[in-house]
Amino acid sequence: MKEFMLIFRLSEKPAPPSPEQMQERMNWLAGIAAQNKLVDKGNRLSPANARTVKAGNVVSDGPFTEIKEFVTGYMVLKAASIDEATEIASGNPILKMGGSVEIRAVLTPEEK
Amino acid sequence: MDQQPASYQELLPHLFRLEYSRMTAVLCRHFGLRHMAIAEDIVSETFLKATEAWGAQGMPDNPAAWLYTVAKNKTKDYLKRTSLFETRVKGAIQQQEQEETPDFDFSGQTITDSLLAMIFAVCDPANATESQICLALQVLCGFSVEEIADAFLTSRETIKKRLQRARTSLRDNNFQLGPLQEATIQARLDAVLRTLYLLFNEGYFSKSANRLMRKDLCSEAMRLALLLTENPLTNTTQANALLALMCYQSSRLEAREDEEGEVVLFERQDQSLWSRELIDQGNHYLVNACSGEAVSKYHLEAGIAYWHTTPAGNSKWEHILQLYNQLILLEYSAVTALNRTFAFAKVYGNKAGIVEAEKLGLEDVSYYHSLLGYLYADGDAQKAVMHYNKAIALTKSMAEKRTLQKEVERLEKGTA
Repeated sequence: MKEFMLIFRLSEKPAPPSPEQMQERMNWLAGIAAQNKLVDKGNRLSPANARTVKAGNVVSDGPFTEIKEFVTGYMVLKAASIDEATEIASGNPILKMGGSVEIRAVLTPEEK
Repeated sequence: MDQQPASYQELLPHLFRLEYSRMTAVLCRHFGLRHMAIAEDIVSETFLKATEAWGAQGMPDNPAAWLYTVAKNKTKDYLKRTSLFETRVKGAIQQQEQEETPDFDFSGQTITDSLLAMIFAVCDPANATESQICLALQVLCGFSVEEIADAFLTSRETIKKRLQRARTSLRDNNFQLGPLQEATIQARLDAVLRTLYLLFNEGYFSKSANRLMRKDLCSEAMRLALLLTENPLTNTTQANALLALMCYQSSRLEAREDEEGEVVLFERQDQSLWSRELIDQGNHYLVNACSGEAVSKYHLEAGIAYWHTTPAGNSKWEHILQLYNQLILLEYSAVTALNRTFAFAKVYGNKAGIVEAEKLGLEDVSYYHSLLGYLYADGDAQKAVMHYNKAIALTKSMAEKRTLQKEVERLEKGTA
Protein backbone atom coordinates (compact mmCIF):
# COMPACT_ATOMS: atom_id res chain seq x y z
CA MET A 1 0.00 0.00 0.00
CA LYS A 2 1.17 3.47 -0.89
CA GLU A 3 -0.09 6.83 0.28
CA PHE A 4 -1.67 9.32 -2.07
CA MET A 5 -2.83 12.85 -1.44
CA LEU A 6 -5.97 13.95 -3.18
CA ILE A 7 -6.26 17.66 -3.84
CA PHE A 8 -9.72 18.96 -4.65
CA ARG A 9 -10.19 21.92 -6.95
CA LEU A 10 -13.08 24.01 -8.17
CA SER A 11 -12.91 26.60 -10.91
CA GLU A 12 -15.10 29.05 -9.05
CA LYS A 13 -15.57 29.98 -5.44
CA PRO A 14 -17.58 27.16 -3.95
CA ALA A 15 -21.00 27.92 -2.50
CA PRO A 16 -21.66 26.36 0.89
CA PRO A 17 -22.54 22.72 0.21
CA SER A 18 -26.15 21.59 0.45
CA PRO A 19 -27.06 18.90 3.00
CA GLU A 20 -27.35 16.40 0.14
CA GLN A 21 -23.88 17.28 -1.12
CA MET A 22 -22.52 16.99 2.41
CA GLN A 23 -24.15 13.59 2.76
CA GLU A 24 -22.77 12.39 -0.55
CA ARG A 25 -19.28 13.55 0.33
CA MET A 26 -19.54 11.93 3.75
CA ASN A 27 -20.67 8.64 2.18
CA TRP A 28 -17.73 8.75 -0.18
CA LEU A 29 -15.25 9.48 2.61
CA ALA A 30 -16.70 6.85 4.97
CA GLY A 31 -16.67 4.36 2.10
CA ILE A 32 -12.88 4.79 1.94
CA ALA A 33 -12.61 4.47 5.73
CA ALA A 34 -14.72 1.30 5.52
CA GLN A 35 -12.08 -0.20 3.25
CA ASN A 36 -9.52 0.80 5.85
CA LYS A 37 -7.79 2.97 3.26
CA LEU A 38 -8.14 6.35 4.91
CA VAL A 39 -4.89 7.82 6.22
CA ASP A 40 -5.98 11.39 6.97
CA LYS A 41 -9.45 12.67 6.30
CA GLY A 42 -7.89 16.04 5.67
CA ASN A 43 -9.78 19.31 5.66
CA ARG A 44 -11.80 21.65 3.55
CA LEU A 45 -10.10 24.98 2.93
CA SER A 46 -11.69 28.40 3.18
CA PRO A 47 -11.94 30.21 -0.18
CA ALA A 48 -12.37 33.60 1.54
CA ASN A 49 -10.06 33.67 4.53
CA ALA A 50 -6.96 33.25 2.41
CA ARG A 51 -3.78 35.04 1.44
CA THR A 52 -0.82 34.44 -0.81
CA VAL A 53 2.64 35.71 0.00
CA LYS A 54 5.39 36.06 -2.61
CA ALA A 55 9.00 37.11 -2.62
CA GLY A 56 9.61 40.74 -1.77
CA ASN A 57 6.86 40.62 0.84
CA VAL A 58 4.17 40.88 -1.79
CA VAL A 59 1.00 39.78 -0.06
CA SER A 60 -2.29 39.45 -1.84
CA ASP A 61 -5.71 38.61 -0.46
CA GLY A 62 -7.22 35.36 -1.56
CA PRO A 63 -5.76 32.05 -2.61
CA PHE A 64 -3.31 31.51 -5.42
CA THR A 65 -5.69 31.79 -8.36
CA GLU A 66 -3.41 32.21 -11.28
CA ILE A 67 -4.21 28.72 -12.40
CA LYS A 68 -7.90 29.74 -12.30
CA GLU A 69 -8.80 27.10 -9.76
CA PHE A 70 -9.32 27.13 -6.02
CA VAL A 71 -8.00 24.35 -3.89
CA THR A 72 -11.05 23.50 -1.79
CA GLY A 73 -9.63 20.69 0.29
CA TYR A 74 -7.31 17.73 0.59
CA MET A 75 -7.06 14.27 2.10
CA VAL A 76 -4.66 11.33 2.19
CA LEU A 77 -5.54 7.72 1.42
CA LYS A 78 -3.64 4.53 0.85
CA ALA A 79 -4.03 2.35 -2.20
CA ALA A 80 -2.18 -0.43 -3.98
CA SER A 81 -1.45 1.75 -6.99
CA ILE A 82 -2.13 5.18 -8.47
CA ASP A 83 -4.76 3.47 -10.64
CA GLU A 84 -6.68 2.37 -7.58
CA ALA A 85 -6.32 5.81 -6.00
CA THR A 86 -7.66 7.36 -9.21
CA GLU A 87 -10.57 4.92 -9.25
CA ILE A 88 -11.48 5.95 -5.69
CA ALA A 89 -11.06 9.64 -6.49
CA SER A 90 -13.38 9.35 -9.48
CA GLY A 91 -16.29 8.71 -7.10
CA ASN A 92 -15.91 12.05 -5.34
CA PRO A 93 -18.98 14.25 -5.82
CA ILE A 94 -16.87 17.34 -6.60
CA LEU A 95 -16.63 16.02 -10.16
CA LYS A 96 -20.38 16.58 -10.59
CA MET A 97 -19.86 20.24 -9.67
CA GLY A 98 -17.30 20.85 -12.40
CA GLY A 99 -14.39 20.35 -10.06
CA SER A 100 -11.35 18.12 -10.33
CA VAL A 101 -9.22 15.91 -8.12
CA GLU A 102 -5.46 15.82 -8.39
CA ILE A 103 -3.85 12.57 -7.23
CA ARG A 104 -0.27 12.74 -5.97
CA ALA A 105 1.80 9.90 -4.57
CA VAL A 106 3.33 10.84 -1.23
CA LEU A 107 7.09 10.36 -1.41
CA THR A 108 8.74 8.33 1.29
CA PRO A 109 12.15 9.44 2.66
CA GLU A 110 13.87 6.81 0.49
CA GLU A 111 12.30 8.11 -2.70
CA LYS A 112 13.76 11.04 -4.59
CA MET B 1 -38.73 -12.23 32.75
CA ASP B 2 -36.54 -13.07 35.70
CA GLN B 3 -37.47 -16.50 36.90
CA GLN B 4 -36.52 -17.30 40.45
CA PRO B 5 -33.96 -20.08 40.35
CA ALA B 6 -35.19 -23.15 42.11
CA SER B 7 -32.34 -24.07 44.39
CA TYR B 8 -29.10 -22.82 45.84
CA GLN B 9 -27.17 -24.86 43.29
CA GLU B 10 -28.58 -22.63 40.61
CA LEU B 11 -28.46 -19.44 42.61
CA LEU B 12 -24.95 -19.86 43.97
CA PRO B 13 -22.98 -19.22 40.75
CA HIS B 14 -25.04 -16.12 40.16
CA LEU B 15 -24.64 -14.95 43.73
CA PHE B 16 -20.98 -15.76 43.58
CA ARG B 17 -20.46 -13.58 40.52
CA LEU B 18 -22.36 -10.74 42.14
CA GLU B 19 -20.87 -10.82 45.62
CA TYR B 20 -17.38 -12.07 44.91
CA SER B 21 -16.23 -8.79 43.42
CA ARG B 22 -17.85 -6.73 46.17
CA MET B 23 -16.33 -8.68 49.02
CA THR B 24 -12.93 -8.86 47.35
CA ALA B 25 -12.95 -5.12 46.71
CA VAL B 26 -13.82 -4.28 50.31
CA LEU B 27 -11.21 -6.67 51.67
CA CYS B 28 -8.53 -5.52 49.22
CA ARG B 29 -9.11 -2.02 50.40
CA HIS B 30 -8.06 -3.21 53.82
CA PHE B 31 -5.22 -5.55 52.91
CA GLY B 32 -3.94 -3.62 49.91
CA LEU B 33 -3.66 -5.05 46.42
CA ARG B 34 -0.29 -6.59 47.26
CA HIS B 35 -2.20 -9.11 49.36
CA MET B 36 -5.12 -9.59 47.04
CA ALA B 37 -4.64 -13.36 47.29
CA ILE B 38 -5.54 -13.25 51.00
CA ALA B 39 -8.75 -11.38 50.23
CA GLU B 40 -9.61 -13.84 47.50
CA ASP B 41 -8.90 -16.81 49.78
CA ILE B 42 -11.23 -15.45 52.43
CA VAL B 43 -13.96 -14.87 49.87
CA SER B 44 -13.51 -18.34 48.38
CA GLU B 45 -13.63 -19.95 51.83
CA THR B 46 -16.79 -18.00 52.52
CA PHE B 47 -18.45 -19.44 49.46
CA LEU B 48 -17.21 -22.91 50.28
CA LYS B 49 -18.85 -22.61 53.66
CA ALA B 50 -22.04 -21.37 52.01
CA THR B 51 -22.14 -24.42 49.76
CA GLU B 52 -21.85 -26.75 52.75
CA ALA B 53 -24.22 -24.89 55.06
CA TRP B 54 -26.88 -24.14 52.48
CA GLY B 55 -26.79 -27.66 51.14
CA ALA B 56 -27.50 -29.01 54.62
CA GLN B 57 -29.78 -26.35 56.07
CA GLY B 58 -31.22 -24.64 53.02
CA MET B 59 -30.83 -21.06 51.90
CA PRO B 60 -30.88 -18.29 54.50
CA ASP B 61 -33.44 -15.51 54.00
CA ASN B 62 -30.83 -12.97 53.11
CA PRO B 63 -27.98 -14.84 51.40
CA ALA B 64 -25.86 -11.71 50.80
CA ALA B 65 -26.00 -10.68 54.46
CA TRP B 66 -25.12 -14.26 55.44
CA LEU B 67 -22.07 -14.14 53.16
CA TYR B 68 -20.94 -10.78 54.53
CA THR B 69 -21.19 -11.98 58.12
CA VAL B 70 -19.15 -15.09 57.38
CA ALA B 71 -16.57 -13.10 55.40
CA LYS B 72 -16.31 -10.61 58.24
CA ASN B 73 -15.71 -13.37 60.79
CA LYS B 74 -13.20 -15.13 58.61
CA THR B 75 -11.32 -11.88 58.17
CA LYS B 76 -11.25 -11.30 61.90
CA ASP B 77 -10.00 -14.85 62.44
CA TYR B 78 -7.33 -14.34 59.86
CA LEU B 79 -6.18 -11.09 61.42
CA LYS B 80 -6.14 -12.66 64.87
CA ARG B 81 -4.04 -15.55 63.56
CA THR B 82 -1.52 -13.30 61.83
CA SER B 83 -1.46 -11.01 64.82
CA LEU B 84 -0.62 -13.95 67.11
CA PHE B 85 2.01 -15.04 64.64
CA GLU B 86 3.42 -11.54 64.45
CA THR B 87 3.61 -11.05 68.23
CA ARG B 88 4.72 -14.54 69.25
CA VAL B 89 7.11 -15.37 66.49
CA LYS B 90 8.43 -12.01 65.49
CA GLY B 91 8.05 -10.41 68.87
CA ALA B 92 6.84 -6.89 69.14
CA ILE B 93 8.83 -5.59 66.22
CA GLN B 94 5.93 -4.82 63.97
CA GLN B 95 2.69 -4.24 65.65
CA GLN B 96 1.25 -1.23 63.96
CA GLU B 97 -1.32 -2.17 61.37
CA GLN B 98 -3.02 -5.20 62.73
CA GLU B 99 -3.32 -4.35 66.40
CA GLU B 100 -7.03 -4.03 66.29
CA THR B 101 -9.40 -5.94 64.17
CA PRO B 102 -11.43 -3.24 62.49
CA ASP B 103 -15.12 -3.81 62.24
CA PHE B 104 -15.60 -4.73 58.63
CA ASP B 105 -18.13 -2.58 57.09
CA PHE B 106 -19.99 -4.20 54.21
CA SER B 107 -22.46 -1.35 53.94
CA GLY B 108 -23.67 -0.02 50.62
CA GLN B 109 -21.38 3.00 50.51
CA THR B 110 -18.22 1.06 51.40
CA ILE B 111 -18.99 -1.53 48.77
CA THR B 112 -19.63 1.14 46.17
CA ASP B 113 -16.45 3.09 46.97
CA SER B 114 -14.30 -0.03 47.12
CA LEU B 115 -15.68 -1.44 43.90
CA LEU B 116 -15.23 1.86 42.06
CA ALA B 117 -11.62 2.06 43.25
CA MET B 118 -11.15 -1.57 42.24
CA ILE B 119 -12.41 -0.86 38.71
CA PHE B 120 -9.74 1.79 38.32
CA ALA B 121 -7.11 -0.48 39.83
CA VAL B 122 -7.93 -3.30 37.42
CA CYS B 123 -8.22 -1.17 34.28
CA ASP B 124 -4.60 -0.37 33.62
CA PRO B 125 -3.97 1.11 30.17
CA ALA B 126 -0.69 -0.83 30.13
CA ASN B 127 -2.46 -4.21 30.05
CA ALA B 128 -2.92 -6.04 26.78
CA THR B 129 -6.58 -6.10 25.79
CA GLU B 130 -7.06 -9.84 26.22
CA SER B 131 -5.51 -10.08 29.66
CA GLN B 132 -7.30 -6.90 30.66
CA ILE B 133 -10.66 -8.47 29.91
CA CYS B 134 -9.75 -11.70 31.70
CA LEU B 135 -8.64 -9.78 34.77
CA ALA B 136 -11.81 -7.70 34.82
CA LEU B 137 -13.94 -10.82 34.42
CA GLN B 138 -12.20 -12.47 37.31
CA VAL B 139 -11.78 -9.62 39.78
CA LEU B 140 -14.72 -7.36 38.93
CA CYS B 141 -17.27 -9.93 37.80
CA GLY B 142 -16.30 -12.95 39.89
CA PHE B 143 -15.95 -15.30 36.93
CA SER B 144 -14.02 -18.50 37.43
CA VAL B 145 -11.21 -19.51 35.09
CA GLU B 146 -13.54 -22.17 33.60
CA GLU B 147 -16.25 -19.62 32.93
CA ILE B 148 -13.81 -17.20 31.31
CA ALA B 149 -12.44 -20.03 29.16
CA ASP B 150 -16.01 -20.92 28.22
CA ALA B 151 -16.86 -17.33 27.31
CA PHE B 152 -13.78 -17.05 25.09
CA LEU B 153 -14.09 -20.60 23.75
CA THR B 154 -10.50 -21.21 24.70
CA SER B 155 -8.54 -23.41 27.09
CA ARG B 156 -8.12 -22.87 30.81
CA GLU B 157 -4.36 -22.84 30.37
CA THR B 158 -4.55 -19.93 27.94
CA ILE B 159 -6.76 -17.98 30.32
CA LYS B 160 -4.47 -18.70 33.25
CA LYS B 161 -1.52 -17.39 31.29
CA ARG B 162 -3.39 -14.26 30.33
CA LEU B 163 -4.41 -13.70 33.93
CA GLN B 164 -1.00 -14.28 35.39
CA ARG B 165 0.71 -11.31 33.83
CA ALA B 166 -2.12 -8.90 34.52
CA ARG B 167 -2.38 -10.05 38.14
CA THR B 168 1.34 -9.60 38.69
CA SER B 169 1.24 -6.03 37.47
CA LEU B 170 -1.90 -5.35 39.51
CA ARG B 171 -0.16 -6.66 42.62
CA ASP B 172 3.09 -4.80 42.03
CA ASN B 173 1.70 -1.51 40.82
CA ASN B 174 1.03 -0.32 44.33
CA PHE B 175 -2.28 1.18 43.24
CA GLN B 176 -3.98 2.70 46.29
CA LEU B 177 -7.58 1.65 46.79
CA GLY B 178 -8.41 4.81 48.68
CA PRO B 179 -10.71 7.59 47.51
CA LEU B 180 -10.29 8.20 43.78
CA GLN B 181 -7.92 10.96 42.79
CA GLU B 182 -8.64 13.30 39.92
CA ALA B 183 -5.32 12.36 38.26
CA THR B 184 -6.12 8.64 38.42
CA ILE B 185 -9.46 9.23 36.79
CA GLN B 186 -7.86 11.30 34.05
CA ALA B 187 -5.27 8.64 33.37
CA ARG B 188 -7.52 5.60 33.48
CA LEU B 189 -11.10 6.53 32.63
CA ASP B 190 -10.65 5.72 28.95
CA ALA B 191 -9.31 2.27 29.81
CA VAL B 192 -12.17 1.77 32.28
CA LEU B 193 -14.83 2.62 29.71
CA ARG B 194 -13.16 0.47 27.09
CA THR B 195 -12.99 -2.49 29.45
CA LEU B 196 -16.64 -2.20 30.43
CA TYR B 197 -17.58 -1.88 26.77
CA LEU B 198 -15.65 -5.06 25.95
CA LEU B 199 -17.09 -6.89 28.97
CA PHE B 200 -20.58 -6.09 27.81
CA ASN B 201 -19.84 -7.13 24.24
CA GLU B 202 -18.32 -10.35 25.50
CA GLY B 203 -21.65 -11.17 27.09
CA TYR B 204 -23.79 -9.84 24.28
CA PHE B 205 -21.94 -11.38 21.36
CA SER B 206 -20.27 -14.31 23.09
CA LYS B 207 -20.24 -17.57 21.20
CA SER B 208 -20.60 -19.51 24.41
CA ALA B 209 -23.77 -21.53 24.80
CA ASN B 210 -24.18 -20.65 28.46
CA ARG B 211 -27.02 -18.13 28.28
CA LEU B 212 -27.32 -17.46 31.99
CA MET B 213 -23.65 -16.64 32.22
CA ARG B 214 -23.85 -14.33 29.23
CA LYS B 215 -26.77 -12.43 30.67
CA ASP B 216 -24.89 -12.11 33.93
CA LEU B 217 -21.96 -10.68 32.02
CA CYS B 218 -24.12 -8.02 30.42
CA SER B 219 -25.73 -7.06 33.69
CA GLU B 220 -22.35 -7.03 35.46
CA ALA B 221 -20.96 -4.61 32.88
CA MET B 222 -24.06 -2.43 33.27
CA ARG B 223 -23.80 -2.51 37.03
CA LEU B 224 -20.20 -1.28 36.83
CA ALA B 225 -21.08 1.41 34.29
CA LEU B 226 -23.92 2.52 36.54
CA LEU B 227 -21.41 2.92 39.38
CA LEU B 228 -19.47 5.36 37.20
CA THR B 229 -22.52 7.50 36.54
CA GLU B 230 -23.39 7.61 40.22
CA ASN B 231 -20.12 9.20 41.26
CA PRO B 232 -19.75 12.90 40.35
CA LEU B 233 -16.06 12.40 39.51
CA THR B 234 -16.69 9.68 36.96
CA ASN B 235 -20.11 10.74 35.71
CA THR B 236 -18.82 11.92 32.33
CA THR B 237 -20.80 12.25 29.11
CA GLN B 238 -18.88 9.26 27.76
CA ALA B 239 -19.83 7.09 30.73
CA ASN B 240 -23.47 8.06 30.18
CA ALA B 241 -23.22 7.29 26.47
CA LEU B 242 -21.76 3.88 27.25
CA LEU B 243 -24.49 3.09 29.75
CA ALA B 244 -27.14 4.25 27.25
CA LEU B 245 -25.66 1.89 24.68
CA MET B 246 -25.77 -1.00 27.13
CA CYS B 247 -29.40 -0.25 28.02
CA TYR B 248 -30.49 -0.24 24.38
CA GLN B 249 -28.62 -3.44 23.59
CA SER B 250 -29.94 -5.19 26.69
CA SER B 251 -33.49 -4.20 25.84
CA ARG B 252 -33.28 -6.72 23.00
CA LEU B 253 -31.64 -9.56 24.92
CA GLU B 254 -34.88 -11.53 25.16
CA ALA B 255 -35.84 -11.01 21.55
CA ARG B 256 -32.54 -11.86 19.87
CA GLU B 257 -32.59 -15.55 20.72
CA ASP B 258 -35.40 -18.04 20.47
CA GLU B 259 -36.12 -20.92 22.86
CA GLU B 260 -33.58 -23.18 21.17
CA GLY B 261 -30.89 -20.55 21.56
CA GLU B 262 -30.88 -19.68 17.88
CA VAL B 263 -30.06 -16.15 16.86
CA VAL B 264 -33.10 -14.20 15.72
CA LEU B 265 -32.09 -11.65 13.08
CA PHE B 266 -32.89 -8.09 14.06
CA GLU B 267 -35.55 -7.69 11.40
CA ARG B 268 -37.41 -10.79 12.51
CA GLN B 269 -37.36 -10.06 16.22
CA ASP B 270 -40.64 -9.92 18.07
CA GLN B 271 -40.57 -6.29 19.14
CA SER B 272 -43.05 -6.93 21.92
CA LEU B 273 -40.20 -8.77 23.64
CA TRP B 274 -38.08 -5.62 23.73
CA SER B 275 -37.86 -4.15 27.20
CA ARG B 276 -39.55 -0.75 27.14
CA GLU B 277 -38.10 -0.01 30.55
CA LEU B 278 -34.52 -0.44 29.39
CA ILE B 279 -35.17 1.61 26.25
CA ASP B 280 -36.49 4.43 28.44
CA GLN B 281 -33.40 4.20 30.63
CA GLY B 282 -31.25 4.26 27.51
CA ASN B 283 -33.00 7.45 26.42
CA HIS B 284 -32.38 8.96 29.84
CA TYR B 285 -28.64 8.29 29.77
CA LEU B 286 -28.34 9.30 26.12
CA VAL B 287 -29.84 12.70 26.97
CA ASN B 288 -27.30 13.02 29.80
CA ALA B 289 -24.54 12.01 27.39
CA CYS B 290 -25.45 14.79 24.99
CA SER B 291 -24.97 17.59 27.51
CA GLY B 292 -21.41 18.22 26.34
CA GLU B 293 -19.63 18.90 23.07
CA ALA B 294 -17.51 15.80 22.81
CA VAL B 295 -18.68 12.94 20.62
CA SER B 296 -17.16 9.57 21.43
CA LYS B 297 -17.64 6.22 19.78
CA TYR B 298 -20.00 5.36 22.65
CA HIS B 299 -22.16 8.35 21.68
CA LEU B 300 -22.28 7.20 18.07
CA GLU B 301 -23.00 3.58 18.95
CA ALA B 302 -25.67 4.59 21.45
CA GLY B 303 -27.18 6.84 18.77
CA ILE B 304 -27.28 3.92 16.35
CA ALA B 305 -28.82 1.66 18.98
CA TYR B 306 -31.39 4.35 19.72
CA TRP B 307 -32.49 4.55 16.08
CA HIS B 308 -32.80 0.78 16.03
CA THR B 309 -35.48 1.05 18.72
CA THR B 310 -37.58 3.39 16.58
CA PRO B 311 -40.14 2.29 13.99
CA ALA B 312 -39.33 2.41 10.28
CA GLY B 313 -39.72 5.71 8.46
CA ASN B 314 -38.56 9.14 9.65
CA SER B 315 -35.36 8.73 7.64
CA LYS B 316 -34.39 6.13 10.22
CA TRP B 317 -31.74 4.47 8.06
CA GLU B 318 -30.35 7.79 6.82
CA HIS B 319 -29.67 8.68 10.45
CA ILE B 320 -28.14 5.29 11.14
CA LEU B 321 -25.93 5.55 8.05
CA GLN B 322 -24.70 9.01 9.06
CA LEU B 323 -23.80 7.75 12.50
CA TYR B 324 -21.97 4.76 11.02
CA ASN B 325 -20.14 7.12 8.67
CA GLN B 326 -18.88 9.10 11.66
CA LEU B 327 -18.05 5.93 13.57
CA ILE B 328 -15.95 4.43 10.79
CA LEU B 329 -14.05 7.72 10.43
CA LEU B 330 -13.35 7.66 14.17
CA GLU B 331 -12.18 4.07 14.38
CA TYR B 332 -11.93 1.37 11.75
CA SER B 333 -13.20 -2.10 12.47
CA ALA B 334 -14.39 -4.75 10.07
CA VAL B 335 -17.71 -5.07 11.93
CA THR B 336 -18.35 -1.33 11.74
CA ALA B 337 -17.47 -1.36 8.05
CA LEU B 338 -19.97 -4.18 7.43
CA ASN B 339 -22.70 -2.68 9.58
CA ARG B 340 -22.24 0.62 7.77
CA THR B 341 -22.65 -1.18 4.46
CA PHE B 342 -25.87 -2.77 5.67
CA ALA B 343 -27.20 0.69 6.56
CA PHE B 344 -25.97 1.97 3.17
CA ALA B 345 -27.97 -0.74 1.42
CA LYS B 346 -31.04 0.15 3.49
CA VAL B 347 -30.82 3.73 2.23
CA TYR B 348 -29.65 3.26 -1.37
CA GLY B 349 -30.92 -0.24 -2.15
CA ASN B 350 -29.32 -3.67 -2.29
CA LYS B 351 -27.63 -3.17 -5.68
CA ALA B 352 -25.72 -0.12 -4.49
CA GLY B 353 -25.09 -1.99 -1.25
CA ILE B 354 -23.48 -4.90 -3.11
CA VAL B 355 -21.09 -2.55 -4.92
CA GLU B 356 -20.18 -0.92 -1.60
CA ALA B 357 -19.84 -4.28 0.15
CA GLU B 358 -17.64 -5.91 -2.46
CA LYS B 359 -15.14 -3.06 -2.16
CA LEU B 360 -14.47 -4.20 1.40
CA GLY B 361 -12.96 -7.49 0.28
CA LEU B 362 -13.15 -9.08 3.73
CA GLU B 363 -13.05 -12.58 2.28
CA ASP B 364 -12.06 -14.25 5.57
CA VAL B 365 -14.86 -12.70 7.62
CA SER B 366 -18.03 -14.74 7.99
CA TYR B 367 -20.22 -11.66 8.42
CA TYR B 368 -18.92 -10.28 5.09
CA HIS B 369 -20.37 -13.30 3.33
CA SER B 370 -23.61 -13.39 5.29
CA LEU B 371 -24.10 -9.70 4.45
CA LEU B 372 -23.51 -10.36 0.76
CA GLY B 373 -25.79 -13.38 0.98
CA TYR B 374 -28.49 -11.14 2.39
CA LEU B 375 -27.95 -8.43 -0.24
CA TYR B 376 -28.01 -10.92 -3.14
CA ALA B 377 -30.95 -12.90 -1.78
CA ASP B 378 -33.73 -11.10 -3.65
CA GLY B 379 -31.83 -10.67 -6.93
CA ASP B 380 -29.43 -13.55 -7.44
CA ALA B 381 -30.27 -16.55 -5.30
CA GLN B 382 -27.31 -18.56 -6.59
CA LYS B 383 -24.79 -15.96 -5.51
CA ALA B 384 -26.63 -15.55 -2.23
CA VAL B 385 -26.36 -19.28 -1.52
CA MET B 386 -22.67 -19.25 -2.45
CA HIS B 387 -21.98 -16.46 0.03
CA TYR B 388 -24.14 -17.97 2.75
CA ASN B 389 -22.23 -21.25 2.40
CA LYS B 390 -18.93 -19.43 2.76
CA ALA B 391 -20.28 -17.71 5.87
CA ILE B 392 -21.38 -21.05 7.32
CA ALA B 393 -17.90 -22.48 6.74
CA LEU B 394 -16.24 -19.50 8.39
CA THR B 395 -18.36 -18.91 11.50
CA LYS B 396 -17.54 -20.72 14.71
CA SER B 397 -20.98 -20.17 16.21
CA MET B 398 -23.24 -23.22 15.91
CA ALA B 399 -26.34 -21.06 16.37
CA GLU B 400 -25.30 -18.85 13.48
CA LYS B 401 -24.51 -21.84 11.28
CA ARG B 402 -28.06 -23.11 11.83
CA THR B 403 -29.62 -19.71 11.18
CA LEU B 404 -27.69 -19.31 7.93
CA GLN B 405 -28.41 -22.91 6.90
CA LYS B 406 -32.13 -22.15 7.14
CA GLU B 407 -31.64 -19.20 4.79
CA VAL B 408 -29.82 -21.43 2.30
CA GLU B 409 -32.63 -23.99 2.42
CA ARG B 410 -35.22 -21.26 1.96
CA LEU B 411 -33.40 -19.90 -1.09
CA GLU B 412 -32.81 -23.34 -2.60
CA LYS B 413 -36.48 -24.17 -2.29
CA GLY B 414 -37.30 -20.91 -4.08
CA THR B 415 -35.02 -21.66 -7.04
CA ALA B 416 -35.90 -25.33 -7.41
